[in-house]
Amino acid sequence: MSTAETLADSASETLPDALREEIRLLGQHEAHPRAACIEALQRVQREFRWVSDAHLREVAGLLGMSAADLDGVATYFNLIFRRPVGRRVLLLCDSVSCWLMGRERLEAHLSARLGIRPGQTTPDGDVTLLPTVCLGHCDHAPALMLGDALHGDVDTQKLDAILEAAG
Amino acid sequence: MLSDKDRIFTNIYGREDFRLAGARKRGDWDGTAAILARGRDGIVAEMKASNLRGRGGAGFPTGLKWSFMPKVSDGRPHYLVINGDESEPGTCKDREIIRHEPHKLIESALIASFAMGAHTAYIYIRGEYYNESRNLQVAIDEAYEAGLIGRNACGSGWDFDFFIHRGAGAYICGEETALLESLEGKKGLPRMKPPFPAAMGLYGCPTTVNNVESIAVASTILRRGGAWFSSFGRPNNVGTKLFAISGHVNRPCVVEEELGLPMREIIERHAGGVRGGWDNLLAVIPGGCSVPILPKATCDTVLMDFDALRAERSGLGTAAMIVMDRSTDVVEAIARFARFFKHESCGQCTPCREGTGWMMRVMDRMVKGRAEIEEIDMLEQVTRQVEGHTICALGDAAAWPIQGLIRHFRPVMEERIAAYKAAHPSGVKGAGLAPTPSNIPGNTLPVAAE
Repeated sequence: MSTAETLADSASETLPDALREEIRLLGQHEAHPRAACIEALQRVQREFRWVSDAHLREVAGLLGMSAADLDGVATYFNLIFRRPVGRRVLLLCDSVSCWLMGRERLEAHLSARLGIRPGQTTPDGDVTLLPTVCLGHCDHAPALMLGDALHGDVDTQKLDAILEAAG
Repeated sequence: MLSDKDRIFTNIYGREDFRLAGARKRGDWDGTAAILARGRDGIVAEMKASNLRGRGGAGFPTGLKWSFMPKVSDGRPHYLVINGDESEPGTCKDREIIRHEPHKLIESALIASFAMGAHTAYIYIRGEYYNESRNLQVAIDEAYEAGLIGRNACGSGWDFDFFIHRGAGAYICGEETALLESLEGKKGLPRMKPPFPAAMGLYGCPTTVNNVESIAVASTILRRGGAWFSSFGRPNNVGTKLFAISGHVNRPCVVEEELGLPMREIIERHAGGVRGGWDNLLAVIPGGCSVPILPKATCDTVLMDFDALRAERSGLGTAAMIVMDRSTDVVEAIARFARFFKHESCGQCTPCREGTGWMMRVMDRMVKGRAEIEEIDMLEQVTRQVEGHTICALGDAAAWPIQGLIRHFRPVMEERIAAYKAAHPSGVKGAGLAPTPSNIPGNTLPVAAE
């Protein structure tokens, strides 16, 4: 099975009823339903890790938007994934503060350890490595996020520990 | 030097409880109803008297901004929108407020909203600050539970709701009108101004957009008085401010200090000094990646405030100092900024959409020296054609760092070009030029024009 197949298996399922209801309520809470669209996409992503075309169409319908309109919003953002990602997404900060403090070493270490370049996912579908603009943790550069967890003052040893602890 | 008794943010390092009990011990929510009882005009007058200038980068007087809101509603609701989309590289101050001092922010948001006739405040927090927004949500829930916000907030008779909206990773959504678009669920494309948000903001209603730090200091200013706040710093540059110090210093940190202190003193006192000593300093970017870089000679004496940095043709920005020692490739540093702005340009305005890409490609060649000396002037010229020709300030922000580089480090760029030429004698075809299908040595493949 290819990486793409490992990652994309849930893409064509319809959204669970509970999630559909949740998104409808999010929309109702706003002055205009579409104001909930980022949050709705984030909820979908919590469940499925990425936003497939089918899911995008469903969310658009729930919020009274066209799919193209919602896709415009979705693709505007770095952290709404319109392509499959791994079980864990590692965001490695790319800003100048982190660069000054040695983020290139971390990137090289990650690429060697995981066997992938930034933008790629490991063949087993475990980790997607993405460079990201400033994470706002400059006083603890170099910084990264693995899932929702922020890590600062990262060196290669700490990086290994982070990957293993969360693995 | 700011003494501890004058600090506004007493839990900025998160050593104490961020929740309501801890916040009350630090003085938050103490006599909030009495502050509100001073009335809209009283609160705005005190904010004006404090001479607080916005902490998000532009430095517009906060009290004045609040006073632009209509005094009487024409039937449309008023909104306060707090900008927590902190994404300026080098900047990490609002994060600390949101996660460690959330009650100071909520209380100040109530006061600010009341002062501008708003029953609803939104905070837009960048998507990366997931755990920070969770802390804030905990604090909001506590405040509702305790009757501090919600119906009849603090017993004042004023109804006030506070909502979090999260972004999902787009630098430009920190621009105030782009932020409003994004709050409405649209792509975050900056709007033309006028109309300004105070006339037509969120959903076409009167809106004030303030930075997290500008709002969060309001409760303390109203408790201790505008005169107290303006007793720090220099005229027109008053008050305390969160500074972020990152890069080649011994102890990178976020610290609250008064405006107008020498940059060197702030770096040496709070960040343990430059790695390898002050003489090892190459340059400092004083206010996040949008402001021009300052060479060591300027850093020796410059004061950290709006006007002093402006006089050096840079800016205070977000007061995020990025310190570079002499091991730094300063051309590469600025090239990284160019890449950043290229990536984050929304593409609405042609000068920015095309200009950021052009500047990035030329800067990438400048890093290697694979350019002609005359191209430095041409690059400078292009930055002038972007600057001031776009809807929002991203175009300016993309132009300024490159202008600063050329202004202060032109000899470095020239040396690099000369070195590249020396290593690649003129016999080599296209040594100094951008790669095209015809000038890459040994290239036989057709390449599509970009």
